[in-house]
Amino acid sequence: MSAALQAKVGQQWKRPPFVRNATLRWTLIGGFVAYLIAAYFTIEVNWSRVYEGLDRGARFVLAFTSPDFVSRWTDIRDGMIESIIMTVAASVVGILISIPIGLGAARNVAPLPIYMICRGIVAVSRALQEIIVAILLVAIFGFGPLAGFLTLSFATIGFLSKLLAEDIESMDKVQAEAIRATGARWSQWIIYGVLPQVMPRLIGLSIYRLDINFRESAILGLVGAGGIGATLNTAFDRYEYDTAAAILIIIIVIVMILEYISGIVRARVQ
Amino acid sequence: MLKLKKLLKTYRTGDQALKSIDLEVPEGQVLALIGPSGAGKSTMIRCINRLVEPTSGEVWLGDTELTRLGATALRKARREMGMIFQEYALVERLTVMENVLSGRLGYVGFWRSVLRRFPQSDVDEAFRLLDRVGLLEMADKRADELSGGQRQRVGICRALIQNPKVLLVDEPTASLDPKTSRQIMRLICELCAERGLAAIINIHDVALAQMFVQRVVGLRFGAIEFDGDPTALTPDVLTTIYGAEDWEATIAVVEDEDEPEAVV
Repeated sequence: MSAALQAKVGQQWKRPPFVRNATLRWTLIGGFVAYLIAAYFTIEVNWSRVYEGLDRGARFVLAFTSPDFVSRWTDIRDGMIESIIMTVAASVVGILISIPIGLGAARNVAPLPIYMICRGIVAVSRALQEIIVAILLVAIFGFGPLAGFLTLSFATIGFLSKLLAEDIESMDKVQAEAIRATGARWSQWIIYGVLPQVMPRLIGLSIYRLDINFRESAILGLVGAGGIGATLNTAFDRYEYDTAAAILIIIIVIVMILEYISGIVRARVQ
Repeated sequence: MLKLKKLLKTYRTGDQALKSIDLEVPEGQVLALIGPSGAGKSTMIRCINRLVEPTSGEVWLGDTELTRLGATALRKARREMGMIFQEYALVERLTVMENVLSGRLGYVGFWRSVLRRFPQSDVDEAFRLLDRVGLLEMADKRADELSGGQRQRVGICRALIQNPKVLLVDEPTASLDPKTSRQIMRLICELCAERGLAAIINIHDVALAQMFVQRVVGLRFGAIEFDGDPTALTPDVLTTIYGAEDWEATIAVVEDEDEPEAVV
C-alpha cells in the first residue's frame, strides 16, 4: 500500500461541503436562522380581530354545504361562458405568439440581437403581474372581457416563451445537426430538427397554460376585466356566500376536468 | 473529387484540432480515418461540410471551394455531401419515412416540407432505399421504436437520398454490437460501390476498417501520421498513431466470413 492510500484507509469519508470555509459556512447558517426568527416576530397578529373573523369565515365555509346555483344562474352562466371564451381565445393567441418568441429566446437557435429582443419581451411579460396588467388594460379599454383577453394573452407569452426556449436550449444537438447537414434551410431545420424534439413539452405546457388562464380569468374579474370573476365579485359584495360557493365549485370542477384531459394528452404525445 | 488543402482548425479554447491537413480522395474511393479519441477525426469530417467552421485552408468538392461559400451556396453544397452519424442522429419523434425524406430538404420548398408533400420521385426513392436496407415495412414507425442497427440503416437512407457525391461517415458502428457493426460497414461499402460514391469513414475499430476499405488514413493530434493500404498497418504504424500497446490482436487476420445479410 502506498503512503497516500495508507493515510486514507480506515478513515470515514464525507462529501466535501458546498461552502469550504467553515467560519463562513457557520456565519451564513447562523445569520439566516437569526433573520428567520426576527422575521417571524415582526408579523403582528391581532387576536381579537381573528376571533371576530372566525365567525365570518365559518359562514363562508358553511356556504359550501348549501351552494346556490339557482338564484343567480343566468349571471353565473353568462360569466362562465365569457370566462371560457376569454381563456380559449387568449390561450390560442398567446401560444401562437409564444412559438416564434420562444425560438428567438433560445440561444442555440437565434442570433444574439434577436435573442436579446425576445428575452426582453419575456422578461417584461413575466415582470408584470396579471393583475397589474389587467388594471392598466381596463383603464385603457374599459371594463369587460377585451381587457381580460389581452391580459391573459400577454401573460401566456411570458410563461410559454420562456419554458419553450429553455426546452429548445436543452434539445439534442446532434439530431438538429443531422438535419442541417442535409442542406435544409433555417426554416426547414426548425420544422424538422427542432420542433419535433420540443413538441410534447410544448403541447403539455399549452394545456397547462390553458388551465392557468382559466383560473386567472376568475381573478381578473375582480379588477373589472370580465369573466366569471366579475360575477364572483358581485356575489361577495352582496354577502351571497352561497352563490359564491356555487361559482367556486364550478371553477374547481372545470379545473379538475382540464387536469384530467391534460394528463391524457400528455401521456399520448410523449 | 474531394480535396483538403492545408485545412486547419483551432477551437476557441486554443485546442489545435487539425494541423494543416492535406488529403485527396478520388472518386469512388472509400477511406477509413482512424486515430485515438481527440485526434480530430470528427472535427475533420465536420469541417468538410462546415458543421464546424475551419479556421483556415481550403476544401474542394469537385470544382467548388467550400470554405468561402455564403449561406445559400453552402446549403446547395451540403446537398452533395451525405452524412452518417455516430448515434444515428435520427429525429426520434419523426417517422422513419420523415427521417429518410428529410434528406431531400435541400431540394424541396418550405411549404412542401411542412405539409410533407414531397415530390413523388422522392417518395419512390425513399421506399426503394428502405427496401434496399430491408426496412420497407418500418416506414411508418417512429424512429425511436427501432433498434440500433435499424436506426443506422435509416441514417444511411437519409444520407443516400440526398444523391450525394461523397459520404461523410462519423463512427457509424460506435454504438453497435460487433455483428451489427460488420453488417453496417458492409452495407455502407456496398452502397458506395453500387453508386460509385467516395466516402470518408471515421472509425475506432481498426480491424473492421481493414476488413472493408481500400485506404486507411491515421490521424494523431490533428496531423496525418499514416496514409496507405490497409495491409500496411503494422504494429509499428499503430504505435505511431495510437501510442505503444500490443497490437497483434487488433490487426485483422480473419477473412470476412460470409454471413447472410440478416435484417437486424
